[in-house]
Amino acid sequence: MDRVILHCDLNAFYASCEALYHPEYKGLPLAVGGDPAQRQGIILAKNQLAKEAGVQTGEAIWQAKKKCPGLIVVLPDYEKYHMFSHRVRQIFLEYTDLVEPFGLDEAWLDVTGSQKLFGDGKTIADTIRKRIRDELGITASVGVSDNKIFAKLGSDYKKPDATTCITKQNKKQIVDPLPVSDLLNVGRATAVTLHGMGIRTIGDLSNADRTILSKRLGKAGDMLWTYANGLDPSEVRPYDYHEDNKSFGHTVTPPKDLTDIHQIRPIFYILTQDICCQMRAQNVLCRKVAIVYRDSKLRWQSRQCGLDRPSENVKEIAEKGIGLLGKSYDFALPLRSVGIRTMDFVKKEEHLQMSLFVDEVNKEKDHIIECTMETINNRFGKDCIVRCIALEGKDYE
Amino acid sequence: MSKNYVGVLALYEPNGDIRPLEIIWKDGYRYPIDTVKQVCSAASLKSGGIGTRFTCVIRGQLRYLYLEEKQQRWFVERL
Ligand SMILES: [Mg+2]
Repeated sequence: MDRVILHCDLNAFYASCEALYHPEYKGLPLAVGGDPAQRQGIILAKNQLAKEAGVQTGEAIWQAKKKCPGLIVVLPDYEKYHMFSHRVRQIFLEYTDLVEPFGLDEAWLDVTGSQKLFGDGKTIADTIRKRIRDELGITASVGVSDNKIFAKLGSDYKKPDATTCITKQNKKQIVDPLPVSDLLNVGRATAVTLHGMGIRTIGDLSNADRTILSKRLGKAGDMLWTYANGLDPSEVRPYDYHEDNKSFGHTVTPPKDLTDIHQIRPIFYILTQDICCQMRAQNVLCRKVAIVYRDSKLRWQSRQCGLDRPSENVKEIAEKGIGLLGKSYDFALPLRSVGIRTMDFVKKEEHLQMSLFVDEVNKEKDHIIECTMETINNRFGKDCIVRCIALEGKDYE
Repeated sequence: MSKNYVGVLALYEPNGDIRPLEIIWKDGYRYPIDTVKQVCSAASLKSGGIGTRFTCVIRGQLRYLYLEEKQQRWFVERL
């Protein structure tokens, strides 16, 4: 069965949030930008009217005001944007747990399995748009397709507040005429190379010879060919996995695939060491450990579990992660990537309760060792002193 | 134009729901809320902001009362 993937893009995100909170500026050109009193103030986002007056993201505020003398510039309020982004994601998560954010204002959703409950892809896209408009007072445009690349092109195709479906049938009319630079991961340099090969549109790219593309651009050439033909197989990662500021985590893709758990132990120790440093800096303990892994067919999986008591202990957290992986994966396929993270934090001072089942004396020793290691590393350089087990993992980093 | 923030007397139900009972205007005048017809998340395009919107009947007339998302302040939609 074909997948159904949405890409949602909040339109002029920062500017829309500010416009909502400033109804008095309705009908006026509005931009969000750095402090105009400071010379380096630049435009971060603008509304439609400012755009029509030629205001561009990234230009200096004084330049923008020259083009558009009535331009109103408000200071960015990132707390507000994070709040809106969070609320939008909460809406997405009511329709699927496969939500992969791309910055604050974009996300992919895989709703293949949600259609029986909520209707087909277009219906879900329209419902989500309406909810964002009604509940949050901003707008989104949504692309619907069977792969992430075309879904993203769809959300860009018609704005604001519109749904565009890209199917095998209308791909020729919608996708093929678009400039090749609209494609994800085609930067200026790649575009120049492609232009040199006579490839200007996505249609040109999809009809190009795959082997010649690989020769000219390496792996990227082959990838772009699959992009242009709607054959990109990459999956929408489960939201759960995603690293936001409520967790500390790292994921690695070692040069060689991992075939058994003993290769993963040292990796988890290395990653956890750094994570615990970050937790100590924030003065928190974690109550949950999560792992994520991707097999050689590039499927992501994630698992999480609670700890007996809040912890900042490298060994305890790393071993928990290893146990979790051992229980949930049988290495039927080798693993391409693995990651570990900690979450559900409590403030260290707030946690004084002793556990019945943990050896407090050993933990205290571990803690002293870890703090000492950290001090040494801070003074003499990162990785100056490491756990013996972490040395094994060097080959995999 | 600024938001019309008001005082509100509300009941916190045992299940966590919030039921506004009375609006207290700036001059101290009290407007009892007859019924709440609908509760939903909504944006206020007129006053500017998002939150929980209570559709209230006050003296036989419909008014939107918002509990603002972040600051937990109440405002009445200007009509
Ligand atoms: Mg956007």
